[in-house]
Amino acid sequence: MLVYMLRRLGQSVLAIVAMAVIVFVGVYALGNPVDILISPEATQLDMEAAVQRLGLDKPLWEQFTIYVGNVLHGDLGKSFVYGTPALTLILQRLPATLELAFVALALSVLFGVPLGVIAGLKPDTAAGRSIMAGSILGFSLPNFWQGMMLILVFAVILGWLPAGGRGTMVSVLGVELSVFTADGLAHLILPALNLALFKMSLVIRLARAATREVALQDYVKFARAKGLSERRIVLMHILKTIMIPITTILGLELASMIAFGIVTETVFSWPGMGKLLIDSINLLDRPVIVAYLMLTVFLIVMINLVVDILYAVLDPRISLKDMTA
Amino acid sequence: MSDTALETVTLEEAVLDAKPRGSLREVLTALFEDRLAFVGLILVLLTAFAALAAPWIAPQNPYDLAGLDILDGGLAPGAESPSGKVYWLGTDEQGRDMLSAILYGLRISLYVAGLATLIALAIGMAMGIIAAYFGRITETIIMRVVDLQLGFPSILIALILLAVLGRGVDKVIMALVLSQWAYYARVVRASALVENRKDYIAAAQCLALSHRRIMARHLLPNCLPPLIVVATVQIAHAISLEATLSFLGVGVPITEPSLGLLISNGYDYLLSGRYWVAVFPGMALLLIIVGVNLVGDRLRDVLNPRLQR
Repeated sequence: MLVYMLRRLGQSVLAIVAMAVIVFVGVYALGNPVDILISPEATQLDMEAAVQRLGLDKPLWEQFTIYVGNVLHGDLGKSFVYGTPALTLILQRLPATLELAFVALALSVLFGVPLGVIAGLKPDTAAGRSIMAGSILGFSLPNFWQGMMLILVFAVILGWLPAGGRGTMVSVLGVELSVFTADGLAHLILPALNLALFKMSLVIRLARAATREVALQDYVKFARAKGLSERRIVLMHILKTIMIPITTILGLELASMIAFGIVTETVFSWPGMGKLLIDSINLLDRPVIVAYLMLTVFLIVMINLVVDILYAVLDPRISLKDMTA
Repeated sequence: MSDTALETVTLEEAVLDAKPRGSLREVLTALFEDRLAFVGLILVLLTAFAALAAPWIAPQNPYDLAGLDILDGGLAPGAESPSGKVYWLGTDEQGRDMLSAILYGLRISLYVAGLATLIALAIGMAMGIIAAYFGRITETIIMRVVDLQLGFPSILIALILLAVLGRGVDKVIMALVLSQWAYYARVVRASALVENRKDYIAAAQCLALSHRRIMARHLLPNCLPPLIVVATVQIAHAISLEATLSFLGVGVPITEPSLGLLISNGYDYLLSGRYWVAVFPGMALLLIIVGVNLVGDRLRDVLNPRLQR
């Protein structure tokens, strides 16, 4: 177990190092770092100071050591637009992004698992078929367009919910969250639904496939033969088994939620780090783009690592010897 | 090992399940037995035809500025313009007929996604086969890169690439290729590993055929069925990804508006109630993607021996 964990940790570190090197090559070796890292509006004096600080007048390998040192200190450059450190700027937006991702994740499980189990138990009924057709629709709908349609229906036509922003927030342990106020919840529900719909379709399909497999297993047949109620069979025997693969996939999906949050945040003007990225691309605020990239890669690698290890711990059938490859 | 996203699920289902079964005719017959898949196929064919024939069937050329009448701007669907023309899907603020814009947009969307899928397929296929056939260090290197890449959501990879390269049709295609080839590589390698152990490969090697010939003529054809399923699903994904990138403002340039860019344009008018500028291009997009997915879904069931009834 320990060997597996260490090996897996090594892979993660390698992924992050690879990313850092790619970014360095992109910014310093292929691109012109003066253009990328120093604001075009800077004065000659500022520019020289920045060149000095980043060591741009030194040979490439020395630049690399300075770059690595800066990254390790969390110094990923200053935003051209805001004039504040890029990393701070992004970290300020992180809670909004995570809040959205977690609420959406919860929604997709809450609706996806029951629907998937129903479709899996009764694949040939009208209900089962319409759930599956619905799930095809769910992941066929382009995320951004579906969000716009939500705005059109619920904000423009019906006028029930606001079209963008985070609404009233309360501070929980120093983090501003929308989810605990009525107004904030009203602002949160459309973006969360938008982000959740795609994953919900995925969960439905996973749950259906898993249920169909499990329902044919001997222990389910035996439970039925014992005369247990259908409810008990589904809740105790089927649901428990299928939650293992679903939990793992969902852990990994958290990473893609953060990435797809970019789209949802842009549609709903949700002030998270995805919207910041798009704004920065449009404003050519390159230090923020670079910092976003580094931070997101780090987050995703960490999430993947934790999920892999949890999976190994949770599922006794996984032989760790097989996973060393 | 660690991978995300829906594609992976369909991908793994495809690898595990899809084994060659029956002839092409059997597969097609089974495909048409399902009404939904049939509808999907009709949708795909219709949109492909509309895209190809756009210059001949569109009421106007939406990019010939001389043909646009600014007085016709912002008309609702079905409205008759002062000059007596009827715009079935309305017009945008410049008096551009939305139906024509959608038909032309469809062309660009399908061209970008189709070409990107083909290139990604070719690269992924080559990489997967090479990895499985040669094994050892070649395989390790290729599959490490694939694993590394599959760990990241495709939209992130494409977005970053475009943020660096800038907008452009060729750049979008590059971004789509880069974010998709790894899926194909993994699928092909999985089935090539199985095929590689079979006698006919050993026989071919005994005949001292060249590696290239064995890979291209013997190994590749037998790895195709799961690949077909994955490629179908991935085309839908590519169309959607291109639209998303264009919507975010990093995709195709304004001079070659795909469906995604049309929708993005409509976003500004959504809150003022001119819904049609965003709604109809989105519906066109939805129809293609649903069509492709319906076919892909059925194809997987058809090629899956475990679910035979």
